[in-house]
Amino acid sequence: MIETYKYPDTDGKFGEFGGTYVAESLIATLEELKEAYKNAQEDPEFKREFDYLMKEYVGRENPLYYAERLTEKLGGAKIYLKREDLNHTGAHKINNAIGQGLLTKYMGKTKVIAETGAGQHGVATATIAALLGLECKVFMGAKDAARQELNVFRMELLGAEVITVDQGTATLKDAVNEAMRYWVQHMEDTHYVIGSALGPHPFPQIVRDFQSIISKEAKAQILDKEGRLPDKVVACIGGGSNAMGMFFNFIEDKDVELIGVEAAGNGIDSGKVAAAINRGSVGIAHGAKMHMLQDDNGQLQGTHSISAGLDYPGIGPEHSFLFDTKRASYEYASDKEALKAFQELSRTEGIIPALESSHALAYVMKIAPELPEDEIIVVSLSGRGDKDVEMVKAELEAGKND
Amino acid sequence: MTKKRIEKMFAKLKGTDDKAFIAYIMAGDGGLDTLPYKIKTLIDAGVDLIEIGIPFSDPAADGPVIQKAGIRALEENVSLRQILKKLREIKDDIKVPYVLMTYYNPVFHYGLREFTKDAEASGVSGVIVPDVPLEEEPELKNELDAAGIAIIRLATLTTSDERLEHILDEAEGFIYAVTVNGVTGKRAGYSGEVFDNLKRIKSKSGVPVCAGFGITSADAAKALGEHCDGVIVGSEIVEMFHRCEEEKIKNLIPKKHAGHAK
Repeated sequence: MIETYKYPDTDGKFGEFGGTYVAESLIATLEELKEAYKNAQEDPEFKREFDYLMKEYVGRENPLYYAERLTEKLGGAKIYLKREDLNHTGAHKINNAIGQGLLTKYMGKTKVIAETGAGQHGVATATIAALLGLECKVFMGAKDAARQELNVFRMELLGAEVITVDQGTATLKDAVNEAMRYWVQHMEDTHYVIGSALGPHPFPQIVRDFQSIISKEAKAQILDKEGRLPDKVVACIGGGSNAMGMFFNFIEDKDVELIGVEAAGNGIDSGKVAAAINRGSVGIAHGAKMHMLQDDNGQLQGTHSISAGLDYPGIGPEHSFLFDTKRASYEYASDKEALKAFQELSRTEGIIPALESSHALAYVMKIAPELPEDEIIVVSLSGRGDKDVEMVKAELEAGKND
Repeated sequence: MTKKRIEKMFAKLKGTDDKAFIAYIMAGDGGLDTLPYKIKTLIDAGVDLIEIGIPFSDPAADGPVIQKAGIRALEENVSLRQILKKLREIKDDIKVPYVLMTYYNPVFHYGLREFTKDAEASGVSGVIVPDVPLEEEPELKNELDAAGIAIIRLATLTTSDERLEHILDEAEGFIYAVTVNGVTGKRAGYSGEVFDNLKRIKSKSGVPVCAGFGITSADAAKALGEHCDGVIVGSEIVEMFHRCEEEKIKNLIPKKHAGHAK
């Protein structure tokens, strides 16, 4: 069992996972980033600025809300929601974007690039670019850009340039590749704001650290409200930044069960999933060793999830490690279950959750009724569902016609 | 010890004061059955070493030409396993050394030991794995060492002097000197910085240094070749094969003092 948790190690590894699997051309920039991040961590001025923006701009701390009506309806464990959906821009993504935006300035760079799937991280990066006066380009798969037209406009409104990517499957993984290619040619003045706890070292660590404010707050809040730690902490997982943020400050509390919920798409055995741990194997892509969906020849596979934010074939290397060491377990929820949870929370609590977060909620709704009333579950409500209402409407109408 | 074939090739060229011309092709582009023909075409054109590209779904270090070639190969369902099998069938006909250029995951997924065994049986002299820098090299190198297959390292414009020393220490085959900060594919020209960097690497290297990325003409090949031991041409050759203009490949190769070293 993990007593004191000190990862990544000096080689950027979480056990066997993570690392720096990148072209030699990127090494110098990653070294620069490592150095800058180390200095920033020790710089009280950097911390002060981050804390200031978290409070005044993002609106933290956000509540740990006791979902009393949902708890009563399910008739089991007490359910608390960590309200990342109340952040400025509507999701946890902004925590990391602000941290990396400040880091960009700290390194004396003037431009940022980002990849985005659904557009949430793109919007968050465009937002901080506007705030901090940075030039911003966002890479987005052509397919994603077509199905998230409004988010493309939102980014443009914020002053960012959206570059659509036709290569490969024209989705998130290809946007990552293209952002990497662009970065290698523009490293001198450009920082790549990776949006999830993924990629080569030190990115998984940086993203986790900036997101760990979620569990730092949640831990203090639950101790304040309940006088004890929760029994279970639950978060949805795509690349895994909200889950890493939600887990991090509980890792050493070994009695707290950590549960990630992957996207089971059309059903966990349908072949149309985005469940890297439940249906993938260990491989190397996008700079790190991690679990990922791949075929018999080591080619990354296409994914499916109703939630664009979970629609990625890999999972952050630290999750691979937490899984491997059995510190966290990884469950799943299907599109249908997520849709049901989406509606359920809307009706019982008046909170419309993001489809991503709905996966975590679906799992909680499944287990809570079986658990005793004195059990406590904290679930990360990673984002709000306004962005998803059109999609949900279409899905529900299609469902009626089935 | 197939990597010896690389050393012999460079030694022979040195004898006539010639530079190596290294060609990259994407295995499986146009179907795997075309591989023997492509290799023969390159040898007939005067190529000294062949880099055989392995298609990968996420080629983050490649520009558009090689990305598309990789997608075409994947659409033909070509795999590393099949490519090695094909090479094994024709290895006695390939009179120049050849190396694999592959992203790491197809190799990792194959199993490092099994891959090494099969690569050795297929006459592969070396491997170039662009997403395995020095830091991540040991697990692969341990296997390849036992089979005498070279792991060919890359050095770039941004590689510091201190790091370069580590890269050159125990380097095998040759050093792949990346001439641009970027991905594979066409470039307008080269700056003095590129030549200076080649000189820097060359002055410290115990193995031959070859320049690659962005070379599209015999003139560029000749200019770069003056500062190192050879050049690598990829995208341009991939494109020529794709357009069925392979007769033009020989025009990319600067004239040698000696006849083609076979």
